[in-house]
Amino acid sequence: MEAYKPKIYTVSQLNRYVKSVLEEDPAINPVFIVGEISNFKRYEASGHLYMSIKDSQSSVRAVMFRGDAQRLKFTPESGMSVILCGRVSVYERDGAYQVYISDMQPDGAGALAVAFEQLKNKLSAEGLFDDSRKPALPKFPSRVGVITSGEGAALRDILNVLSRRYPVAQVILCPVQVQGEGSSAQIAAAIRLFNEKKAADVLIVGRGGGSVEDLWAFNEEITARAVAASVIPVISGVGHETDFTICDFVASLRAPTPSAAAELAVPDAAELKNDILMKTAYLNRLIINEVGRMRKRLEVCAGSRVMKNPSVLLDDRRRYLDESRSASESALEKRLTAGRAQLSALAGRADALSPLKVLSRGYAVPASDGRVLVRTEDFKPGTRFSLRVSDGTVQAVAESSERNV
Amino acid sequence: MDFDYEASMKKIEEITAKLESGELSLEESLKLFEEAAGLIKSCSAFLDAAEQRVKKLAEE
Repeated sequence: MEAYKPKIYTVSQLNRYVKSVLEEDPAINPVFIVGEISNFKRYEASGHLYMSIKDSQSSVRAVMFRGDAQRLKFTPESGMSVILCGRVSVYERDGAYQVYISDMQPDGAGALAVAFEQLKNKLSAEGLFDDSRKPALPKFPSRVGVITSGEGAALRDILNVLSRRYPVAQVILCPVQVQGEGSSAQIAAAIRLFNEKKAADVLIVGRGGGSVEDLWAFNEEITARAVAASVIPVISGVGHETDFTICDFVASLRAPTPSAAAELAVPDAAELKNDILMKTAYLNRLIINEVGRMRKRLEVCAGSRVMKNPSVLLDDRRRYLDESRSASESALEKRLTAGRAQLSALAGRADALSPLKVLSRGYAVPASDGRVLVRTEDFKPGTRFSLRVSDGTVQAVAESSERNV
Repeated sequence: MDFDYEASMKKIEEITAKLESGELSLEESLKLFEEAAGLIKSCSAFLDAAEQRVKKLAEE
C-alpha cells in the first residue's frame, strides 16, 4: 500500500480539474437559474454579453456569447428578472466560475412582450411614431402595392375589397413569407423594392391572424425601420382587431385587419360616382338659375317702354313739335295785335301834329322855289313867294322887312 | 369666346336709362336705340345657346 502522498498541482491544473468536475456534474449541466441581471455589459466588438446574476444574498458572474445572444428576442438589461438556461464552468485564467448562458427569458412577462415594449420604446424615442414624419395617404391612389403572403386568406380579402371598392386602381402584389425565419427581411426588402421602383402610391403590409409568434415578423426592428423609411405611405393590417404590432405604430395608418387596410387604402368608387352625380345636378341647377337670372335682367331692359315701343321717342317729339307750332302761332298773333294797336296810337298822335291843323288856326307857310322862307333876310323887297294857307296857295311879293331886335 | 355678356348687359342698361331720361337729341336716341336692340338680340341669343349647352351637358 502506497503511503498517502499529496499531489501537487499547478494553478492551471487545479483550475482545469475544477472545471472538469463542474462540467461533468449533471446537477448543474445544464442548469436553470432564476435571478436578476446586474452589471450588464455588451461588448460591441465581440457581441458577447457580460453580466452578473444575483438574488438578495448572492451573485454569480455570467456570460452569453454572440451566437446565443443573437437569438434573443429582447435586449437584456440590468435590473431585469430573468430565467436562464446555461452550463456552469470555470474561466481558467482567473479561476473564476461562471454561468455560460445559452438562452434567457424575462421572468414574468414573456420574452416577446418584453422585446415588443423595448423596441416600441426605442423607436418611439427616435420619433419614428410621430405622425409628422409619416407620408400622407393619397386620396385617389392609382397603384396599390400589396405585401403579404401569396397564399393566405388575407390576400384574397384584400383583393376582394380593392376590386369591389375601387376597381380602377392597379394592384401590384409582392408575395412574401409572413412568418418564420427570414420573413421580416423579406417584408423589409419588399417595402424597399416598392420605394426604389416607385411602383405604388400606397402600400398595404399585413397578414391574417395568428399567434404572437406568427405575427412576430411585424414586430421586428428590420420591418419597422423599412416601414419608417418608406416614402410611399404604408397601411399596416396585421392579424385581428386586438393585435397591435410595431409595424402599426410606424405605418402611416393602422388598420385592424388586412381587409380593413384595403378599405382604408382606396375610396369607394360607387360613393364617388354618387357624389359626382349630386355635384353635377347641383351645378346644373346653379347654371340654369344663373341663366334665368340673366334673362330677367335682360327682359327688364328689353321690355322697357322705350325699347318695346321706340315710336315713343318720335311721339314725344311730334307732340312737342305741335305744341311749339301752336305756341309760335299764338305768339305771332299776339305780336300782330300789339303792332296794330301801336300803329293806331301813333296815327292819332300824327294827326294831332299835322301842319294842316296849324294852318287852319291862321298860320301860313311862305315858300319860294320849294324852300320854306323863315327869316327876314329871305324876304328881300321884290321877292316873289307863295303862301300856303289852310285851303290853298296865295302868290305874294315882299315890300319891306324889319328884323326884330 | 369673343362675346362679353356682362359688358353688353351693362351697355344695354346704360342706354335704356339714357333713352328713358329723354335728355338726348333725336339723332342720338335713334343711334342708341339701334345699338341697344342689337345688343339685346345678341344677349338673348347667347342665353339661348347657354341654356342649350347646359341641357346637352346634363344629358351626357
